Amino acid sequence: MIGTFIQIANALSFSALLFIVASGFTLIFGLLRVVNLAHGSLYLIGGYMGMVVTTATGSFLLGFAAAALSIAVLGYGLDRWLLSRVSDVELNQVLLTLGVAMILNDLALVVWGGDARSIPVPDMLRGAVRMGVFFYPKYRMLVIVAGVVIFAALWFVYNRTKLGALIRAGVDDREMVQAMGINIRRLFVLTFMLGSALAGVAGMLGGAFLTLYPGADAEILVYALAIVIIGGRGSLAGAAIGSLLVGFLANFGQIWLPELSYFIIFGPMALLLAFRPLGLFGRA
Amino acid sequence: MNQSRAFRWGLLVVAAVFLLAVPHVFGEYPQTLATEILIYGLFAMSIDILAGYAGRTSLGHGAIFGAAGYVTAYCVVTLGSDPWMAMLLGVLASVVVAAIFGALAVRTSGVYFLLLTLALGMVVWGVTYRWTSVTGAENGLRGVARPDVLTDLDTYYYFVLAVVAAMVAIIYRFVHSPFGQALQGIKESESRMRTLGYNVPLMLAVGFTLSGLFAGVAGVLIVFLNNFVSPNSVSLALSTQGLLMAILGGVGTLWGSFIGSAVIILLQNVVSFYTERWMTILGLLFVLTMLFAPEGLLGKGRALSRRWLKKSSPES
Repeated sequence: MIGTFIQIANALSFSALLFIVASGFTLIFGLLRVVNLAHGSLYLIGGYMGMVVTTATGSFLLGFAAAALSIAVLGYGLDRWLLSRVSDVELNQVLLTLGVAMILNDLALVVWGGDARSIPVPDMLRGAVRMGVFFYPKYRMLVIVAGVVIFAALWFVYNRTKLGALIRAGVDDREMVQAMGINIRRLFVLTFMLGSALAGVAGMLGGAFLTLYPGADAEILVYALAIVIIGGRGSLAGAAIGSLLVGFLANFGQIWLPELSYFIIFGPMALLLAFRPLGLFGRA
Repeated sequence: MNQSRAFRWGLLVVAAVFLLAVPHVFGEYPQTLATEILIYGLFAMSIDILAGYAGRTSLGHGAIFGAAGYVTAYCVVTLGSDPWMAMLLGVLASVVVAAIFGALAVRTSGVYFLLLTLALGMVVWGVTYRWTSVTGAENGLRGVARPDVLTDLDTYYYFVLAVVAAMVAIIYRFVHSPFGQALQGIKESESRMRTLGYNVPLMLAVGFTLSGLFAGVAGVLIVFLNNFVSPNSVSLALSTQGLLMAILGGVGTLWGSFIGSAVIILLQNVVSFYTERWMTILGLLFVLTMLFAPEGLLGKGRALSRRWLKKSSPES
């Protein structure tokens, strides 16, 4: 019983992390129509950057700031100097980001080596909190809270601000937004930076409990892909539901069928595609 | 017209003579490279069938290629079965995997197709990586011995050459068949083909499965060349590399795949003398290709030469 509770909490914290990664991914995919296959690499490098700053300064918060900022800057460069140069052919853009991912991963391997690295967690967040009859690690609680807070913040930006209205409009009809006199390039760059920063933050959060290693980028990317395929392009609610589904399946799959856990996220994806090729909340 | 046809036949004969002469002219190392180029060329061609003729870019072919290799290796190493039988089962496995991928992916197109095939491919990679008892995880499966008659590298080279040539002939027949033409119709306009009464998803599924068969043949051939298989031969990097080969050679040209394959395999071997950063180089190559020559090296060369010719003779 207690074991099951802890497993559910674990699944929740993993889902929360996945949501932070996938929300950035789906934001960029939704508005820019760019499938950023370097998103996993941004996650990994964000984690490493956070690790470097946290170990150097001893401040976990500064680590977060560094992860978010450095990856936002990286995203800016990626969008401004590379993606905007490839004319609007979606496929070429996707393949370009794939090339970027290969370069970034290889460079990360050179700089930080092939061993799993972890981000030191401040004393305040170590240990467990008592929740009724069972204890749960504080840090994982923090991840769940972070997921919820980021969901709420994104929801607010999406539904209650001008930026959000523009993004939603851009997801539905890019040309129309442009015709209204909005500088869509600036909107694109902003969104790309925001989405990238989310990947960086997730890298920092995830790095402390899942560790950082070469290959973590690909794992996270596949989860994010599955979530966006399930949830639908550019949908925040889709990303949230997809994250919960994938997070729970991945977590319980690892307990029930450890060797085939990867296979299990494939199930709902296949089912969904048979009935809703654009995902739960996807629109053409 | 006639002249260009004669030229093409001439080129084919020269290529054939060259390929047949490889074991007599070169040493063991270049010969291994030549064998690899042939095998990866076939692999890239299997991707080009979909990309160039059905307008669907797959990033899951590495998984199909690798699944064939794994099944073959598992049969030979763990079950101790006859290598010929293992080859057959390997190809069969690739057909099954491709049929599943195809059935799921045909409803999507464009970027979604790419995403879905990528995700499916990663699932296969994840399975090979974690299903330790069957796949040997990171270590892979080692000691996949060739059939007795093919042990000699020269013989194996000729065997690969014969198989690849046969496959290429089948692929050419296939893309020029009514079915292949209809696939091309789907690439041009899916809605038009649907209106004309073609069952588009079914045709794509069949096309995908067939393309997977060729990828599987390549996957089996490479296992017997390397004598082992590891998660690397299922990885996204492999799918990517195959796609890059097809793109470099020019999507839709088919035989360009062999040029792409030669460029990448040779580059990989040259680069590895100087640095271990092959992935960076490959990534750079990908980025540069997308920025400057998305139509491939041949297409780029042709466009450049045309521009140059125009400049030098403004009359014509």
